[in-house]
Amino acid sequence: MSDIKSDMYHLDTLAELSVKLQAGEVTSVQLTEYFLARINKYNDELNCFITVTDELALADAKAADEKRNSGNAGPLTGLPIAHKDIFCTKGVKTSCGSRMLDNFISPYDATVVTKLKQAGVVMLGKTNMDEFAMGSSNETSFYGAVKNPWDVNCIPGGSSGGSAAAVASRLAPISTGTDTGGSIRQPAAMCGITGIKPTYGRVSRFGMIAFASSLDQAGPMGQSAEDCAMLLNAMTGLDEKDSTSLDVATENYMTDIDRPLDGLRIGLPKEFFGEGLDEKVDSVVRESLEQYKKLGAELIDIELPNSHLSVPVYYVVAPAEASANLSRFDGVRYGYRCKDPVDLYDMYARTRGEGFGAEVKRRILVGTYALSAGYYDAYYLKAQKLRHLISDDFKNAFEKVDVIMGPTSPSTAFNIGEKSDDPISMYLSDIYTIAVNLAGLPGMSIPAGFADGKPVGLQIIGNYFAESRLLNVAHKYQQVTDWHRQIPEDFA
Amino acid sequence: MSAVDNNWEVVIGLEIHCQLATKTKIFSGASTAYGAEPNTQACAVDLALPGVLPVFNKEALRLAVKFGLAIGAEIGMRSVFDRKNYFYPDSPKAYQITQMDLPIVGIGHVDIDLEDGETKRIGVTRAHLEEDAGKSMHGHVAGMTGIDLNRAGTPLIEIVSEPDMRSAKEAVAYMKKIHSLVQYIEISDGNMQEGSFRCDANVSVRPKGQEEFGTRAEIKNINSFRFVERAINHEIERQIDVIEDGGKIIQETRLYDAEKDETRSMRSKEEANDYRYFPDPDLLPVIIDEAYIEQIRSELPELPYEKKARYISEYGLSVTDAASITASRVMAEYFESVVNITDNVKLSANWVLGALSAKLNKEECEISHSKVSAEAFALLLQRIADNTVSASAAKDIFDAMWDGEGDADEIIEAKGLKQISDSSAIEAMVDEVIANNMGQFEELKSGKDKLMGFFVGQIMRASKGKANPAQVNEIINKRIKGE
Amino acid sequence: MSLDADEIKKIAMLARLQIDESDIPSYVTNLSNILDLVAQMEAVNTDGVIPMSHPQEEAGQRLREDIVSEENQRDAFQAIAPATDDGVYLVPKVIE
Repeated sequence: MSDIKSDMYHLDTLAELSVKLQAGEVTSVQLTEYFLARINKYNDELNCFITVTDELALADAKAADEKRNSGNAGPLTGLPIAHKDIFCTKGVKTSCGSRMLDNFISPYDATVVTKLKQAGVVMLGKTNMDEFAMGSSNETSFYGAVKNPWDVNCIPGGSSGGSAAAVASRLAPISTGTDTGGSIRQPAAMCGITGIKPTYGRVSRFGMIAFASSLDQAGPMGQSAEDCAMLLNAMTGLDEKDSTSLDVATENYMTDIDRPLDGLRIGLPKEFFGEGLDEKVDSVVRESLEQYKKLGAELIDIELPNSHLSVPVYYVVAPAEASANLSRFDGVRYGYRCKDPVDLYDMYARTRGEGFGAEVKRRILVGTYALSAGYYDAYYLKAQKLRHLISDDFKNAFEKVDVIMGPTSPSTAFNIGEKSDDPISMYLSDIYTIAVNLAGLPGMSIPAGFADGKPVGLQIIGNYFAESRLLNVAHKYQQVTDWHRQIPEDFA
Repeated sequence: MSAVDNNWEVVIGLEIHCQLATKTKIFSGASTAYGAEPNTQACAVDLALPGVLPVFNKEALRLAVKFGLAIGAEIGMRSVFDRKNYFYPDSPKAYQITQMDLPIVGIGHVDIDLEDGETKRIGVTRAHLEEDAGKSMHGHVAGMTGIDLNRAGTPLIEIVSEPDMRSAKEAVAYMKKIHSLVQYIEISDGNMQEGSFRCDANVSVRPKGQEEFGTRAEIKNINSFRFVERAINHEIERQIDVIEDGGKIIQETRLYDAEKDETRSMRSKEEANDYRYFPDPDLLPVIIDEAYIEQIRSELPELPYEKKARYISEYGLSVTDAASITASRVMAEYFESVVNITDNVKLSANWVLGALSAKLNKEECEISHSKVSAEAFALLLQRIADNTVSASAAKDIFDAMWDGEGDADEIIEAKGLKQISDSSAIEAMVDEVIANNMGQFEELKSGKDKLMGFFVGQIMRASKGKANPAQVNEIINKRIKGE
Repeated sequence: MSLDADEIKKIAMLARLQIDESDIPSYVTNLSNILDLVAQMEAVNTDGVIPMSHPQEEAGQRLREDIVSEENQRDAFQAIAPATDDGVYLVPKVIE
């Protein structure tokens, strides 16, 4: 481990902070004040947080310390975290990065928020994100772009850009994110942190503002696989309020995290190493694969022949579902309402025209079109059929391999503004991550090195319900490398 | 309707929206109780707050399957919820969760009784589950409409008939049949005033002999049997007029205006509405097995047509009487209770269909709220059967019972309504009246039968209505014969 | 696949999204590009393939007990509403 000064808590992992809290070396109030001070110092520049909940955080920290003193603390009690502003938090603004919800104080907590509260975490604030989770660069937020702590001219990735940047700059030791087409993994890669999107149905979606219902999943974004495992333990579980939440046994993701990797079969899809992949990213990823060989793994070439269809399929299915999910934002019961509507139609049209940003409107239009009379078969139905083929490719692959690896993203973080006028180009940066959501499989991104001073992420994909395996595979790599401990100099 | 008979044939299909009698909404745990203050039964899910999700009510499924079994329909072992997308303030998600391609109930039928005594089978194409919308209220604030979402999310089944009806009367008969059935099997209270049972009618006309259906118009939200008949008949006339004048029927939605007795075109809420149906990704397919279906089948009560057949064979009731009594399950149960006590089917049937039904109609009262219980009613009938009171006195006693003056015996006692059945007492009265009306008595003896009524009347008056009329008649006749 | 301005307007109406005239050309371009992207789907034969609406399609829908579990929270919910009056939500008058 690196040389940790005992009171520079931003250099500690979540696991290390937990140990310090348990040992009585620091209190939750002290930790919370520490991170709030960092946020106060750096957030103006990075724009990671939309809302900072200092008073609430300190009150919760105090309560956590009391709990600890009475001997009732758990592993997460008193640890500060940041929540992506897509999770409804009771009594606290929940904006989803949109003007439409700029004035929305949620009257209830998302299940994920409740569960983490019960585990004793302290919420520092709500992080910035692409509007309604639609984006790969955190440039579509109503609250402005988020800067990548590794290079403030660059995007942090999206849509969970605020969560990723907050952890990368250690304004929070860990955060929550959501992933619909790569929105945890891609920003994790861009910002050099670790993120995991669990199997679809593992984590409740109740209270997580819906983008594409059959693709969305929540997950932790942190400094290491171990940290993510700690948080994931408290996030998973059947939720009766979510019909798509699965009734599978919960696991302790720490139990097998240290298993040796001898005999691990790693599949390398040729489609993930082809045209469009930046050479330097390719080279960093290859090196990390060599590391895996040293750890005892076997590299096997595989094919995912239909994966090239992922982007088109995703850009039909996700906007279609989103177009319906976002219809409830109509100015009637909450949120933005336009001024002085002349009639009902005007109220709807202007509320939504003014409340939503351009990318959201674009996707609503695409989705509406794909579902409309005469086009349903050619677009939506066709996409759902192809989705089946894409899933089957993975099923076939997992008969031969245990995990699948490749680069998380074809390039490192690009400049702010570089792709914002070119939606298609933006969409293609998700090309390696999207298929995983379409199939509903679990996927991770871990830092694997740097190219031109910017982080490169390695994606690890597992079979259904194999989160424990993924975290184990990631953890063993992190035991013999230290990419995940790197912090940008400006925030070190 | 002579124009219809000669040249035109009417084709009618009905879509009935029936609220299921569950305690909670179809996709949330909020109450469905009627009459609550606005928006006090609209929870986060019903309000479509950001992030909320639907969870399917077990009881709604059970009641829907029950209905399917009661109409002999195929039950969908795998049914799917779809989103029907449209914007309207009473629809908080701006989509309604319904079932499009794979409904819970498939093809079934009901048999209706026609006026000529024949029965006709009306096909049911399908019935599916969906959620109800909220309510719009006008007149709250000037220029604004008020929205109450208590009703949003209430479970409905939409029952779609085949276009098998050929007259407004058949449509009413079908609607009544379904209405009675849903109450029978207790899946709905069928309360039309409260909006639990609503009907849309699809009406078209075609020249007699033509196979192709004409263009149809939909008449929406009819909430009484009377209105169904009038609205359909009005629409038929309107369509015939349009066509005979050289025009074409537009496929459109029309609202029935009860006050003006006319249908008028609705504002284009329906126009160019592309609902963009797709399977709801927040819900999984509803999968049920044979065991589940059989369990529900075992919970079905005796169905109306089964009960009717039994009344005819077991009780010997006429087809009409059996049909009338079994039209409502509560009525049938009331009747059976009465028969069990009196052991007199004919008397019970006459009085239930007679005095009781007349009173219920007059008071606009449902039999379930009858002020006279079956037991109390039966006791009254026993007093007629055992000659304690006359039938006409019994009518007064019934009225008094209804008004809460006590049970039959108490009222008989209090009002001194016991029939005089003592022959010698009646003979004395008869003789006195004859003595005072010798002239008319001679006319009666010589054949002027009309005067019988006069004499009976006189004697009834003299006895203050208490003489047993049968005996009065008997004794007068004896005197006529000279006995 | 190229869309024209009229189609954009029609879809925008279905989705109740007001779009400024000046923005229509860029929507036309962007949407047409997206549709070109997704046109790649046409090339693949999907005869006999079952559409996948869900990663876990075999699992059936869970059923909820019919017990009232939500209490009246009207005040809390309407505290965040744009316009209410005496417990009802207000919208510009709807004409039937």
